[in-house]
Amino acid sequence: MTAVRCIDLCKTYRQGGEDIKALDHVSIDIESADIVCLSAPSGGGKTTLLNSIGGLDRPDSGEIYIAGERVDTLSKSGLAELRLNHIGFVFQAYNLIPVLTASENIEFVMQVQGRSRDERREKSEEILEEVGLAGMGDRRPAEMSGGQQQRVAVARAIVSQPTLVLADEPTANLDSKTSDELMELFIRLNETHGSTFVIATHDQRVMNYARRLVKMLDGRIVDDIDQRAA
Amino acid sequence: MSTTFTVSAALAWRNLWRNHRRTLIMLSAVSVGSWAMIFLTALTQGMVTDMVRQGLAVLPGHAQAHHPAFRDDPNIVNLLPLADSELESRLARGDFAAWSTRINVPAFVASERETRGVTLLGIDPERERDFTFVDLETVEGRFLEAVDDSGVVIGRKLAETLETRVGKRIVVMSQSPDNEVADRGFRIVGVFRAELPSQEENYIFVGKAVVQKLLGVPDRVTEAVVFGTDFRKPQPALDRLDSLVSADGVTAQSWKDLDVYLSTTLAAMDGFVLVWVIVIFLALSFGLVNTLLMAVFERVREIGVMLALGVKPAAILLQIVLESMLLLGIGLLIGNLLAFASVQLISDGIDISMVADGMEMMGATSRLVPDLRMQDVVLANGVVLVLGFFASLSPAWRASRYEPVEAITTVQ
Repeated sequence: MTAVRCIDLCKTYRQGGEDIKALDHVSIDIESADIVCLSAPSGGGKTTLLNSIGGLDRPDSGEIYIAGERVDTLSKSGLAELRLNHIGFVFQAYNLIPVLTASENIEFVMQVQGRSRDERREKSEEILEEVGLAGMGDRRPAEMSGGQQQRVAVARAIVSQPTLVLADEPTANLDSKTSDELMELFIRLNETHGSTFVIATHDQRVMNYARRLVKMLDGRIVDDIDQRAA
Repeated sequence: MSTTFTVSAALAWRNLWRNHRRTLIMLSAVSVGSWAMIFLTALTQGMVTDMVRQGLAVLPGHAQAHHPAFRDDPNIVNLLPLADSELESRLARGDFAAWSTRINVPAFVASERETRGVTLLGIDPERERDFTFVDLETVEGRFLEAVDDSGVVIGRKLAETLETRVGKRIVVMSQSPDNEVADRGFRIVGVFRAELPSQEENYIFVGKAVVQKLLGVPDRVTEAVVFGTDFRKPQPALDRLDSLVSADGVTAQSWKDLDVYLSTTLAAMDGFVLVWVIVIFLALSFGLVNTLLMAVFERVREIGVMLALGVKPAAILLQIVLESMLLLGIGLLIGNLLAFASVQLISDGIDISMVADGMEMMGATSRLVPDLRMQDVVLANGVVLVLGFFASLSPAWRASRYEPVEAITTVQ
């Protein structure tokens, strides 16, 4: 089953008086429960593609489907609903809400979704244990290491069982050991929760964990490698 | 909506205490501002209330009934077209807090040295003791004791002007309905002191029956005066008085019509309170908007993340507005408590005799008693909350309009 379908996406930015093609007729299908890495040098278009899929950015042209539903034509409010209920985000800079504890950060999306306190508490405790942070739910982000914060961010992204988890340079601020631990966590969560992971990165170690590696350059897909076969 | 409100309220509360120092400074400003609004309004209202009460207690009451021509020509010719005894029996059925009937005519008063124009009041001392004489203090002698008391009571200033004193005689001269001079000698039985010098100079009191006899108008009066329960709301007393006398061609008017200066002062005071509250709020609003803008600018990325996670812009707007409302709410609570405590502390009044000359010119006394009115408290709090809501909309709107993809990458 296809989790994400992008058809002929184009996106041009104007920067310093010049037009920069961030997406140049990009088409891609991503299967459910896959782990796909988008790899490109800086300015190659991977983050723009990720943001377009996540409804954070709109392509100038083309079509995007998530779980069979066209999303590039949705209103702002519709995109917010889509992100809330179907997409989990992991950012490079963790981006936890500093005034909330780890548990509250994890529960935040569920709370906005309107789920009950008991359900939120139960799922938050489960996922904290799953990401190796059992007993640390009461800590605020400032009281945690970078790796721990990123685990909380991953827990927040996965806890409401989204169709799709989008991660933008999730290991950029982590050391190599912590990066490996995070990717192993992604693999484990992908296996247990069945979520589709799309990771934008230029970290070779992260690429090694992906089942599929999509290479981009100047806004175009230049290579698409099924790493399971390798 | 309730979920959005709960989430927004929780985040607003946490964010409020994120920067303790800034929040405490803003809270102090709101508290002091609201304290000033309420406390100073109570003092000003106290002064105006005193001024109006002084003005009403001695003569006008809350409502009066007259012959229709009496106001333009306060003359003995314009007597009420009812017998005094009939009028009294009607007023007794009116369920007023207090009432009386009087003869109120212009007169001359002469001692052996001076002559002055005054207002001669023929009163029922028993009836008027509860209101007119509450504010008139006898400094020498006694007050009148009955309607047929043959003495006269004059003010201290008038006694000085006439160079006379208790025990001496003065001549009171007025006019009968037949345009004949009516005069008589009276022995001064008392000299009163009033809070307002003009009252000491202008009024002399004589028993009602004595004046009726002097002017040749037995069982007749020129006015009926009644008191309700609240001088700010004279209408109920006026309506009752009107229902008792209007059928006989008598005009009933409230003190607001009888004393335009006082009623205008009172109305102007209510307007002044609103302006005062708004001016203080405007000063506060700069700090409030600045605080909120800083709070928003500090959290651009965080707001972007929330939008990216699926929080709707309206919820972001609600969060910032709630933050503002919480800040104002706590500040108002503290300010209100301080104001109530301050008013309580000086509930017996403060002596302002150093500036009392100026106050007396305005008709107020030298003791300032704060008058804390709930409607002023509600007005101050309401204005701060309503205008605060509008002031916070700008930063809140700005925050809710962030594009998540740009906000997330903001360097802070």
